Amino acid sequence: MSAGAASLLDSSIAELAGRLARNEVSSREITEAALSRAAADRLGAFLRVTPEAAHRAARASDERRARGAALSPLDGVPLGLKDIFLTEGVETTAGSRILQGFVPPCDATVVERLRACGAVFLGKLNMDEFAMGSSNENSAYGPCRNPWDPTRTPGGSSGGSAAAVAARQVFGALGTDTGGSIRQPASFCGVVGVKPTYGRVSRYGVIAFASSLDQVGPFARTVGDAALLLGRIAGHDPRDLTSSTRPVPDYLAGMEEGARGLRIGVPREYFQGGVEAGVERTVRAALAVYERLGAKLVEVSLPHSRYAVAAYYLIAPAEASSNLARYDGVRFGLRAGAPGLKEMYGETRARGFGPEPKRRIMLGTYALSAGYYDAYYLRAQKVRSLIRRDFDEAFRSCDVVAGPVSPTVAFRLGEKADDPLQMYLADIFTIPCSLAALPGLSVPCGLHPAEGLPVGLQLLGRPFDEATLFRAARALERELGPLPAPRGA
Amino acid sequence: MALTLDEVRRIAQLARLRLAPEEEERYAGQLSAILSYVEQLRELDVSGVEPMTHALAAGDAAPLREDAVQPSLGIEKALANAPEREGTCFKVPRIIE
Repeated sequence: MSAGAASLLDSSIAELAGRLARNEVSSREITEAALSRAAADRLGAFLRVTPEAAHRAARASDERRARGAALSPLDGVPLGLKDIFLTEGVETTAGSRILQGFVPPCDATVVERLRACGAVFLGKLNMDEFAMGSSNENSAYGPCRNPWDPTRTPGGSSGGSAAAVAARQVFGALGTDTGGSIRQPASFCGVVGVKPTYGRVSRYGVIAFASSLDQVGPFARTVGDAALLLGRIAGHDPRDLTSSTRPVPDYLAGMEEGARGLRIGVPREYFQGGVEAGVERTVRAALAVYERLGAKLVEVSLPHSRYAVAAYYLIAPAEASSNLARYDGVRFGLRAGAPGLKEMYGETRARGFGPEPKRRIMLGTYALSAGYYDAYYLRAQKVRSLIRRDFDEAFRSCDVVAGPVSPTVAFRLGEKADDPLQMYLADIFTIPCSLAALPGLSVPCGLHPAEGLPVGLQLLGRPFDEATLFRAARALERELGPLPAPRGA
Repeated sequence: MALTLDEVRRIAQLARLRLAPEEEERYAGQLSAILSYVEQLRELDVSGVEPMTHALAAGDAAPLREDAVQPSLGIEKALANAPEREGTCFKVPRIIE
């Protein structure tokens, strides 16, 4: 590995792509440098590093480039994948014991698309089991730590994705977001994370948690890199009938248009207590930057958002209890020995699932069971409509909604681990957007004045209007400049 | 909203989860706390509100494709992760005594 390549690990995908194109560095050199960084990882960001496959992909990329046949700006760029995406021939566990040893027969569509761009995958990234969690502490393979402070969580459920990007182990990564699992870890680790509109990205080959909420999105260190990655994974897939046929715009095209003239909705309810003072101060400072840049701040109201966590913890577990029924020890994954079929089911699931999936399976089974469906699941679905209506109303007077991603900076390992309800309430600002099926983006807006840890600004948009989120986020990024690299990187 | 141990056992049975006695105790407490929290949804008047049964607006859903035969996963690939197989079948423990 050349020292030159190692010094490039700090750069953005856009910068690296330029250097690769000018033959100032080869994919083999940069992949080697990134692999060394990943191998030295003490955060627990990776569940599995795949050096042979990465070397092979890097070599193929260099050969293409030598022939003048580079496939895209991502050709030769080292990326990481949350362990929720099926990868042909590479073990995929979703952070669960029940899938230990599972080797998928195919790639997820998003993986296939990035491979077709020439991306080099370094391996599979840590996550809360089946994406259930907000701290990465629910991984069956051990927690992941925050590169800014290893006593803190990186957030979750895509904790490994956020940590690996922040720690400069990869240039970008994919994660999934069901109730905040991209935006919250992006905020905790000081990187950009995007949850696209429901239906923008194919879910084929993505291990399902809650199918009406799950969405795939990118992590990156710059807004432009996130826009580049989303543009490459978005778009209709015949294998996912919930993926929209709407054309995918060029997200980079309007990104530099600035904030002048943007109407930014500030929800009254997001600032009525409940946000830690230093986080609130940092977020308000970002809003002031927008005003200075010529955007107009508009007060909006999302009165039903306070019911979002309650509705979410009926809808998501109900869907999860159905999705996780497939882990029965018959076709793949763990099987526990037992004399009869019914005992085998019960024993396999008892040993294979950790406490959080069990808790949610129980909750969802109860909410869907005879006599309770109307009172719980159906009512929650109606409240979901009310939450969406609030946003529809708000977007009549603004172009984006802005607020905190999380009420606090990254919390400590163990801090909320014994109280599931407290852990659930950490997602109070990310869940409304998920229920409303809207796009949301987390962009670093500074460091907490006392704690020195990253704070994220959440930007929410109209359905399929990710372009405006990128434009707004880029305006802030240009003004604030990049965050320093975390100490643990 | 407090769940009894009997209710917890009934739900576990429906979900095909064998729970240890201490798990039954723990989940009874934790699920009761979560269900008490979600009780707040009762404050809202939802009469006349349609449930949001689809996350995608009707116009954004993909049109149904022609029902045509297409290649799918081969038998060997489909069985590759099977805990136990016999010939071209998944093998399971005895179902009928």
